[in-house]
This record gives sequence, structure tokens and C-alpha cells, in this order.
Amino acid sequence: MSTRQFGEPVQRNADPGLLKGEGAFIDDISLPGALHAAFVRSQHARAKIRSIDISAAEAMPDVVAVYTADNIGALDVELPMLIPHPCITSGGKTQRPLARDDVFYAGQCIAMIVAVDRYAAEDACSLIEVDYEPLPVELDLEKAIADGAPPVHDDIPNNIAAHFVQESGDADAAFAAAEHTTTVRVRLERSTAAPMECRAVAARWDGVSGELTVWDSTQATISVRGGLASLFDIDEDRIRVIAPNVGGGFGQKIMMFHPDEILVPFAAMQLDRPVKYIEDRVENFIGASQERAQIHEIALAAKKDGTVLGLRDSFIHDTGAFIPYGIAIAQVASTSIAGPYRIPDIWVEMTLVYTPCVQVTPYRGCGRPQACFAIERALDRLADELGIDRTEIRRRNFIGPGEFPYKRDGLLFADGLAVNYDSGEYEKALDLITGTVDLAGFRKEQEAARVEGRYLGFGIGFYVEGTGLGPYEGGHVKVHPITGKVYVTTGLTSQGQGHETVFAQIAADQVGCDVKDVIFVEGDTQAHEWGVATFASRAAVVSGNAIHKAAVKARARIIAAAANMLETDEDSIELRDGRAWIVDGNRSVSLAEIATASNPLRYAFNEASQTATQFAPASTHDGPPLAEGQAPGIEETDYFSPSHATWAYGVHAAIVEFFPDICSMEIRRYLCIHDCGNMINPMIVEGQVMGGIGQGIGGAFYERCAFDDKGTPLAANFMDFLMPYATEVPDAEILHMETPSPLNPLGIKGVGEAGTIPVSQVIASAMEDALAPLGIGPVRESPMSPDMIHGLLSEARSRR
Amino acid sequence: MKPALFDYVAPETVEAAVAALAGDETARPLAGGQSLIPTMNFRLSTPGRLVDLGKIESLRGIAVENGSIRVGAMTRHRELEAHGAANAANPLIGEVLDNVAHIAIRNRGTVGGSIAHADSAAELPCLLVASGGTVSVQGPDGSREIAADDLFRFHMTTTLDQTEILTEVRIPALPPATGYAFEEFARRRGDFALAGVCTLLTLEGSVCREARIAACGIGARPIRLAAAEDALRGRVVDEDARSEAGEAAKEYMTAPADTQASVAYRRDLLAALVRRTSETALKRAGR
Repeated sequence: MSTRQFGEPVQRNADPGLLKGEGAFIDDISLPGALHAAFVRSQHARAKIRSIDISAAEAMPDVVAVYTADNIGALDVELPMLIPHPCITSGGKTQRPLARDDVFYAGQCIAMIVAVDRYAAEDACSLIEVDYEPLPVELDLEKAIADGAPPVHDDIPNNIAAHFVQESGDADAAFAAAEHTTTVRVRLERSTAAPMECRAVAARWDGVSGELTVWDSTQATISVRGGLASLFDIDEDRIRVIAPNVGGGFGQKIMMFHPDEILVPFAAMQLDRPVKYIEDRVENFIGASQERAQIHEIALAAKKDGTVLGLRDSFIHDTGAFIPYGIAIAQVASTSIAGPYRIPDIWVEMTLVYTPCVQVTPYRGCGRPQACFAIERALDRLADELGIDRTEIRRRNFIGPGEFPYKRDGLLFADGLAVNYDSGEYEKALDLITGTVDLAGFRKEQEAARVEGRYLGFGIGFYVEGTGLGPYEGGHVKVHPITGKVYVTTGLTSQGQGHETVFAQIAADQVGCDVKDVIFVEGDTQAHEWGVATFASRAAVVSGNAIHKAAVKARARIIAAAANMLETDEDSIELRDGRAWIVDGNRSVSLAEIATASNPLRYAFNEASQTATQFAPASTHDGPPLAEGQAPGIEETDYFSPSHATWAYGVHAAIVEFFPDICSMEIRRYLCIHDCGNMINPMIVEGQVMGGIGQGIGGAFYERCAFDDKGTPLAANFMDFLMPYATEVPDAEILHMETPSPLNPLGIKGVGEAGTIPVSQVIASAMEDALAPLGIGPVRESPMSPDMIHGLLSEARSRR
Repeated sequence: MKPALFDYVAPETVEAAVAALAGDETARPLAGGQSLIPTMNFRLSTPGRLVDLGKIESLRGIAVENGSIRVGAMTRHRELEAHGAANAANPLIGEVLDNVAHIAIRNRGTVGGSIAHADSAAELPCLLVASGGTVSVQGPDGSREIAADDLFRFHMTTTLDQTEILTEVRIPALPPATGYAFEEFARRRGDFALAGVCTLLTLEGSVCREARIAACGIGARPIRLAAAEDALRGRVVDEDARSEAGEAAKEYMTAPADTQASVAYRRDLLAALVRRTSETALKRAGR
């Protein structure tokens, strides 16, 4: 038998090219004669626009066009409300491509300049005069929903964008029966994905053929094509959207449409010239979607032994000035709130608030880090109050391995279906991490360190993650007749996750070829017509299984054709090394020969193809060369549509040293136990998890989209927005568990977002543990910071 | 993030560079570009002409002589960091440079450029002030020397005239029986410090005969912490003395609150760094 590739740490086959600078990102795509766009953006968070004077900019010699809301024709509309929900006030607010009369956040696009190069376009931006009438703003989420708060939108009372309650069981009864209740309030601040490659769009219009080609640094080429077709009223077949190499997305590039994604193709059509827009870092910080800000007030109803009977959570979610992505983030938070715990009775209330800041749409984690922080902080508190060890209280509440599927009726997840955990071994994961970290040994070390005046702490955080959402993806597998290479496509896109490797592994296992002989194409609407996008840790689950199903069908075709060619029966054929072999024999045919022979030819191009022509002796048979119902070649397509999300989970722990004099911390050890079902490629899983942990450490201690009280962004560059360097992110010890998902043929679960989710909890938990001797109060906010540690220590001192 | 239009000249002598600056009020010298170029890309500065000093050979090189380390203004950070004789004469130099940004930046950034740029949070100006160094500058009317205490006015502003070029930096060798320490706290390794402290303690027996302490990141320029020095001078530098020095330092903290540090935190941080560096310097002085 050939070696199975699934489960092997196969080297990522895209990396050598990327490392040598051979990648083609949007700025690398050469479009002769291309013009370049730049945007005039609002200086104010909320203002009326009295006037815009574009005359000086228009008069500049290198400026080709200046667009405002007045000259973009049918595009001067509110952009699509992507995910509507009945609970959204008045249907929801979305932004216009270019501001008309009002601006709603600092950074909103007011005018677009198209010039011969970006230098000239930026020069022209500085010549456009916008006369603003600034309006009052309120950035504090709780004050923003109070009566009399200045409105972001005049017709939305109390700035409430949406309000929704989800219930599972009977929380009131649980609280009535409780022996102990604990309430905590936690707050998470705004952050942003900050992908290495900012957003970018280029477009070319072919007026002769009426075809529009758009290169978009997006996670959703097929969806962008659909949106553009709708906005421009062009047939989808006339639009090709390509996401070439994309330098990270993390959810920011699932959001469509950022204004440039529409205006750049529009300008290309208007001016009949290619147009490029390469977002710069400042623009990404002020104009691209952000996430994370929530305030939770979470209460647990428990028995004295720590059993949690019920949960109530009421949270406020900052949706920014617009709500194009609906309630998705808040919905994910609300349905992840009970974590891996049995907690039968749940009541969750969400209030989404408009703020005069850039819109909030999913960022890696998408509500889960917030929910995890809330439940895990509350559980730590409950443990402390009841005098139960923080790990033990979790053990007492886990859903047991025999309890799956575990459904939370009434809690509807982001796919519109009830939360339904499919599999897991939560207690085993906890045992593995506490055993690996040697918790008992650490407690001794902690004690000894305290004697020396050093402060070590242990923190732990558990999470679950609903992954692999529908609706569906497709897989297409074709064997090339000339080369025998296996061509695989799907409709979603990659931002560096390793799709080209893991999907090749899946296909190679079925057709019996080397992974390197799989040619994988994604992110091009012309290569694969149908599908959705990359988001919600779904690519491996949904496209992976679709490709698997298509490859299984292709395998059957190959075996049938090979049996015919080798004059044996199908059971006697095995596929390996790119050939079909007779079992226990030495006769074989190559995939290229099989593919060639499966496609009746008139012309012979080479030796192999001679055998496929109509006049070759082997082709003599009754009836037409292609039998009725038969398709030429070795080519199959199939689709996978999951019944519902599959739930991955994991537990992280850390040993952290805190330095009270300078209010700093250093992570001494970071551990992660992770279970994403069957792993296609453990090395790639580790890369995903490690990257997520790094991003989580950023979110826990460094990164914050700060604003002043007028709504001006204060962290619009990498000096002020503190993405951690490699020096701040320790090596993590990542251990795997594999509990297969029963929901898909490959038994896999998603892993893309996992690493980010529990990190804030882990650091907060460790901080409380380490600094307990100094009498600090509870840690309730993320990101934490030296300033916050200073505040906690000062409070503790003033209490003493 | 594209700079506005500017002219570029790269003279080969100091005289030609001075002339190029003198001829254009909007001209600025380019000395490594690790700070100036980003500010130009943000359009926070829009010089009409850049006078690149990179081709002036006479501005490069390091010499250790007569108890002083002479560093040509266009010497890269990394060259000084790796210079054996300079670091042997004053090991504080290497300790400070290790904290300046990252290696890639230190490969391009210049010693004179950093000092002339005078970022109030930068390490090299702090070193110059703590160690009592001097600089040479050359302008249309010839050259002059400026002591560190007279060089820095406020954030990104020195007493150099627009037409003058900083040509050489002189750092005294470490005096005998002197311990040194530099420590800073930055949110991320290599960032500008929330606060940094440079301490030099000269011992006579177990008593501190001379203390020189300067800090960066805490005000409009690198600042001598005279009251902290007074708290140590003439005393045994024990834990009490160090704490007193730390407390005394707090009055020099004038930086406003920003997104990373409140005023109260930065004051306490400064005190902690004074305590830490004086402890380290004490240990090293005793060796």
C-alpha cells in the first residue's frame, strides 16, 4: 500500500517560493498603465460635512479623477447588510462607499483620488478641503446607551444597534436553587487583526469583452464576485475575482465591502485604465474593520461543591459606527459562553452598541475570546469563593466523554442552528496539561520564589470552539492527461494557512500520487465557480471533506480505467507512486496514461496519446468512443455541506513571572493542549496554534486600539499599537489530542482561530495567582498592561 | 505613507554639506534615516532637501585616546557596539546600545544622527548626559564644541543651528573605581523606553564619592537626576540609600500620561530603575 499522507507532518509546499520572494501579492501584479488610488478620510469621529472643495486637487497635472459621493452614480448607496437578523434595530446601518453629508468615524472615506502614482494621489489628498461641523461623541459603551447620549445615527435611540436574548433551559430556576452565586464583570477592549499585508485591490476592465478582473486581498473571492455583480448589475460570468498570495487576513478580509473594493473596480471601468489601491498601514489601522470590545456581566448559580447549575450573562458589544456583519460576533460570544461545562440552564442577553469608531466585524476568535474570558474569569472566582482548586472546579463541571452529542437547545450558533457539541475528552485534556506542567512541583517552586521576593503565577484557561460552519464548499479533482499531475481546486481562499499542502495530502491519499504532484488552485472564481469563503475555522473541515469526496470518486474512475487497461478486475488494482498496479504483480500504468486513455482522441500528440486515438487497436469496441452517460478524462467534483458546526476545544496554561517594581511580566512557560479531531498535518496545526497563541498574547498584554475622548484613533501605527515581537512571544509546548468529529468523513475539526481564544484568561489567572501575596484585587480587563498592574498594586497598597 | 516631494544631495565633504544646508532653509541632514524617513513617510516632516551625510568619509570612525572615546558622527550604532577598545574603555556604551531598537536599525542608524535627532526617549543622548560627553559641530562660521548638558533643549530639538552639522561625539572613558548600569523598560524589546536610567557610581572604599545619573523617556529631554545623585553621594549605597535616590528621582518625571503609561506609573517606574541601576552599578564598582 502507498503511505498515507493524511496525518503526516508534510512540509508546506508553498513556503520555498514565498521565502525566496517569488510570491505574487497584489502589489506585485504588474498592470501596465495602472493608475493609483488614495483616499481623503475623515479627521473627525462624528461630524456634518458642510462642503468639500476638490478644485485644487482636480487641477493637479498628475491627477486623473477625483470622486466624491456626488459622482459615483449608482454606488452612492448604503453598502449591503451582509447578515441581516430580526433583532437589529431598523434593519441596521451600513456605510456608503464615500461619505454623504455625514461622517461617522475618524478614517471614513470622503473622497477618492486616482492619479498616475500613489505619491501624486497623496499630494492631491492634502489639497482637498473638507469643511466639518464636529458633533459630540460618546465612546464609553455604557454611557453610549444611556438616555441623552449623543447619537451616532440620529434615528437610532440610545445607540442600540441590536438587542437579543438566547435561553437554554431555565436559568431562573437554577438561580432559585443555587447554594452560592458569583457575579463578575469583565471588559475587553478594541483590537485589530493587523495582517502583515494590508488590504489591497486592483482592477482591470476590458471594454471589448465586457469583462472585469478584480484582484482583491480578500478571504472571499466568490462572495466578492457576487456582490460586485449585484452592485454593478453585471452577470457574474463577466467578473473574475482573484485573491493571489494574501499576507494574512484573520477575519479582517472576510468583511466586504470596504469602500475601495467597490470604488477601485468602478474607477477602472469609468476611466478604462487599470487601477490599484494598496492600503497603507495607517489606513489599515483607521479604516479597516476591528473587533473585541465587549463588557460582560456574568453570574453563576452553583452548589457548594462547585457544580454550576445555571449561568446568566448580559453583555454589551461595540459594533462601531456600522453593523454590516450583523450580530455574528455577539452571537458567537453568546453561544460559546458556557464553554466545555455542562451548565444546563443558560440565559444570555446581548446589546449591540453603535460607537463613532470604525465598524466591527470578525477578527480571529470572533467573540470567543470575550466569552472565554467571561466564563473562565467567573469560574476562577467561583472556585476561590468556594475554596475549591481552580482546576478541580473545572473537572467537576466538564461534559463527560459519554454525554455527546451535547445539545444546548435554544442557543443558536452563527450557522443559525442550536449549539451541539459533537465530541471531546475535556477531563483528559485537563489531566494532560496539569500533569505536563507538574502543578504540584510548581507550587513548591512558587513558594520558594516568594521567599526570595519573586512572584510566579500559574494560569489556566479552557475553551471550546464551534468550527467548520456551512453552508458548503466544493472540491474538484482532475488528472492531467499529459503530465499525470493531479489538479485540485476549491472555491475558498488562503491567507497562508497551508491549504495547498493539506488539501494535496487529502487528494494524494485517494489518487495514490505524491503530494508534490498535486497542483492546487484556490482564490480564483474562474478556477472554481461555487463556494463561500474562508472564515470560522472552516476551510479544512468544509473544503477538505469536499475535496476528499471528489477524490474518492476520482479514485473509483482511475481504478475502473486501470482495471480495463490492465485487463484485470477492480479489486486487483492498487494506487501508489502515481501509478495503478496489479496487486502482488509488477505490471502498472501511470496516472498520465490512465487519464489519456480515458479521453478519446482524434490526434496523437505523444506515445501515450496514440493509444487513445480512435484508430488504436485498444480502442476498438462497440458503440461510440464515449459511452452514453460517460464523461471524458479523470475528473470529479463533489460538495460537502456540514449538518452543523463541529466543536474543537483545548486548554492552555502558563507559568508567568511578574515584576512588581516595574509592573512587567515574563512568560516562563506556555503550554497548550489542543484537540481539532483528526489532524491532516500536525506541523501545520502547530503552526496555526502557535500563531494564534502569539496573537492571543498580543491581545492579552499588548495590543489596544486606543481612542481619545473625541474618537480620534491614538494607535494608528506599530509604535503605538503594540503587536508583540518574537521577543515577547515564548515558545509554546503544544500537545495534541485527536477526538474525531462524527460529523464529517475525515473526522476533522477546525483549528484556525483556536490559539487566540483563552490567552487573556491564562495571563489574568496567572497574574492573580502570582500577585495574591501583595493583596491585588481581581483582574477583570483585557488587554492587561504595566499600567494596569501598577493600578492593581497601588489599590492593594492603599487598602493595607 | 509616501513622502512629499524633496530634493536629495549627497556631498562628500563637511564643508559642502554645510553649504548645502546653508543654501536652503528647508534642508535637513540625513544621517542614517531611521527616524527621519518614517516621519517623512507619515508626512510629519516635509524637508525640501535632504543632505545625505553618508558619503562623507571624515565623519566615520572610532578612536580611543586620552581617556576619551571619539566617535565620528556617521559611525553606525552597530560599529560602536562591536568596537572592542571603545567598550573596554567604557562598557556602558555596549550596555546602552544593546537597548537601542533592533539590530537591523542599529546597522543603519548613526551615533551622531541619534544624538542630533534628540528624541527625549532615546538612549544615546541619555548616555551622553550621564557620562558628561561633548560633541563637535561645524557650521558656516567654523566649528565649536558643545557639552552634553548644553546640547539638548527639548524633544527633538538641540542647540545646533539649522546650518550646523554634528561631526563628532566624545564619550569619556569609565573613571577608575566606577560601576555603571543602564536599564530601561520598554513595552516590547527594542521599543522606545517608557523610562530608562543610566547610572555611574564611583566608590571610595564602601562610600560613593561621585554619582552621575540620567534618565530618558521621562521628560522633554534626557535629564540629570541631581537629587537622586545627592541621595547617594557620600553614602554607603545600601537599600535605604537606593530607595531614597529612587524617591528623589520622581520629581524629574514631567512626561504627560500617554496610551502606555500614567503619570503615577512612570514616576514609580523611574524610581524602580534608579534603584535597580544603582544596585547593579554598586556591584560592578566593587569588582
